[in-house]
Amino acid sequence: MAKGGSPPDGELVQLLTPEGERIESVTGSDGTVYRVDFTDEEYRGLYRDLVIVRKLDAEATALQRQGELGIWASLLGQEAAQVGSGRALKPQDMAFPTYREHGVLYCRGIDPIMPLGLFRGVDQGGWDPNEFKFNMYTIVIGAQTLHATGYAMGVTMDGKTGTDDGEAVIAYFGDGATSQGDVNEAFIWAGVFNAPLVFFCQNNQYAISEPLERQTRIPLYRRAAGFGFPGIRVDGNDVLASYAVTQAALDHARLGQGPTMIEAYTYRMGAHTTSDDPTRYRIASEVEAWQAKDPILRVRAFLEKQQIADAAFFAEVDEQAKREAVHLRERVLAMPDPEPVTIFDHVYPHGSPLVDEERERFTRYQASFEGSAH
Amino acid sequence: MMAEKLTMGKALNIGLRRSLERDPKVIIMGEDVGKLGGVFRITDGLQKDFGDDRVIDTPLAESGIIGTAIGLAIRGYRPVCEIQFDGFVYPAYDQIVSQVAKMHYRSQGKVRVPMVIRIPFGGGIGAVEHHSESPEAYFAHTAGLKVVSCSSPEDAFFMIQQSIESDDPIVFLEPKRRYWEKGEVDLDLDLSAAHPLHASRTVRAGSDVTVLAYGPMVRTALDAAAAAEEDGRSLEVIDLRTLSPLDLASAYESVRRTGRCVVVHEAPSNIGLGAELAARITEECFYSLESPVLRVTGFDTPYPAARVEEEFLPDLDRVLDAVDRSFGW
Ligand SMILES: Cc1ncc(C[n+]2csc(CCOP(=O)(O)OP(=O)(O)O)c2C)c(N)n1
Repeated sequence: MAKGGSPPDGELVQLLTPEGERIESVTGSDGTVYRVDFTDEEYRGLYRDLVIVRKLDAEATALQRQGELGIWASLLGQEAAQVGSGRALKPQDMAFPTYREHGVLYCRGIDPIMPLGLFRGVDQGGWDPNEFKFNMYTIVIGAQTLHATGYAMGVTMDGKTGTDDGEAVIAYFGDGATSQGDVNEAFIWAGVFNAPLVFFCQNNQYAISEPLERQTRIPLYRRAAGFGFPGIRVDGNDVLASYAVTQAALDHARLGQGPTMIEAYTYRMGAHTTSDDPTRYRIASEVEAWQAKDPILRVRAFLEKQQIADAAFFAEVDEQAKREAVHLRERVLAMPDPEPVTIFDHVYPHGSPLVDEERERFTRYQASFEGSAH
Repeated sequence: MMAEKLTMGKALNIGLRRSLERDPKVIIMGEDVGKLGGVFRITDGLQKDFGDDRVIDTPLAESGIIGTAIGLAIRGYRPVCEIQFDGFVYPAYDQIVSQVAKMHYRSQGKVRVPMVIRIPFGGGIGAVEHHSESPEAYFAHTAGLKVVSCSSPEDAFFMIQQSIESDDPIVFLEPKRRYWEKGEVDLDLDLSAAHPLHASRTVRAGSDVTVLAYGPMVRTALDAAAAAEEDGRSLEVIDLRTLSPLDLASAYESVRRTGRCVVVHEAPSNIGLGAELAARITEECFYSLESPVLRVTGFDTPYPAARVEEEFLPDLDRVLDAVDRSFGW
């Protein structure tokens, strides 16, 4: 194991190198020490999460290619940022995702089929955000960062900060999102109101086709300073560092010390979504360079070097991932289209005369086709 | 004459190219409009040929796109902004309705903002939420903005160029589900000889019922008219093209002849454009009407999940059903 140290400005907090070498601890410029203290079982658990999350994502991509999903936003390459931060959340913490947080969703204990309903077009995401403390996916870029901030302000108002078991909130967004007014307003609010919030930016280097340079001239984590709270850059392909940095920021928040911005430096290995064509704007050598930093291979190398896991373990994990993927596929294929009349459900909590009337007319109209070839 | 069969997407692309060639002050700006050519490829190849200071990939910020375009327009440029999808125009809403729309008025005519805001709008492509909305009423309700929508490749080709030449700020609604449909475009026709931007157009003559539509619903209305013909009913279809200001001269003339009118749009009916059209037609043509003006619209719900959008969107059957009801009076 390598010795600890502090990353020079602009460099990443890293606890596991691409070669699978452990770094014991890293001290941030403000003195915060980032480290993890996992049992062998926990290390294996993280590996299992990463493999399953990647496999389910690959299965969803395949389902889209076969016409079973309208579109899919793959997390390929971002597994460590998501599993690391997702596993650092305590049950009482609340998360506000964008549309690519399938790994965090998995860590929150939500059935992985849930986001597929949204992308298949049968619903708009079927989980209960209150039950799982994981809000709905958000497609309008950046909007959720303000919701997270308000929620976090509520946590403070409820007196739920200031102790080790206080509540904290995490907001996920991309590098592109940092350009939105909403995100900048969220930074201002969170700073001014000292909200117990972690801004977790997955900098995957692209917003659809636009490279990072189209959004910023400074490293994103440094934005935080201008808003009055700490910013830290972590190796987003390192699940251990992602865990450690997120845990420290969440603890900071839950103790009532205010927001932190984490920039998880990572890479979107595939297309933005299945509708995108990255060959128009990205060169192959760049993708190859990032392949060498793969978040899963390095954990595997570490487990092997430390003899924490053997071939039988890896085979068993692959087997489980495959089983879950097959199960997912079967259930997606069986996912029925919604009844058309459900269009009118849930527009208002207590109904509306206008919508009720439209529902009734629609039902009559539908019935008029009964028995015809329609 | 060099009429060519083009998709609407390609027609828009060539129209934008012509505008960039014609006037060095024209610039295109938006998310992913450069190398990628936009998510619908409408700006395909333009950055390559005109450079990245005329076809600008902007940061991911709609308020920023419109707000900076205002400044550029004040400075003498003619920005053409692309909003990626209808549901993403709202972060720019304040800049559009409070700033773009009012600059000319509040400067007593001294400040002009000749800009075009292109929005792919409407449903029918199986997308996830926020990708299929019809926000036209929000903009048509705001004085100072002009709102237009093309429905065919030929109109798309000319209307985009006319909009860019116009000194008014124009919200240009592109029916995204028609991007891939082909039609004849006369690429040689002089812009000044093209159908005027702010004029409606009768796209099918008929004598029994007047159908008013725009954007994506024009095709649907025409399909309904073809089907109605088999039942011996003759529908006249008018493509409004301009939603603000409305041009209803041919609609009035038509309704006075047919005595019946059906308005079709994808947006929800409540407080929508259809209500405005029905009111005006009732006022103008009251004594000629055999039945009330009927509306066929989306429902007053959020745009639903893709697998039920076909039920939400007006289709040929719903238009014909309204025609039947119109005769039932
Ligand atoms: C307000 C808004 N504008 C535009 C879009 C279209 N769009 C969807 S994803 C995306 C890029 C987002 O990039 P980033 O924030 O870096 O997140 P990533 O998808 O790379 O994780 C864009 C422009 C949108 N969803 N919302």
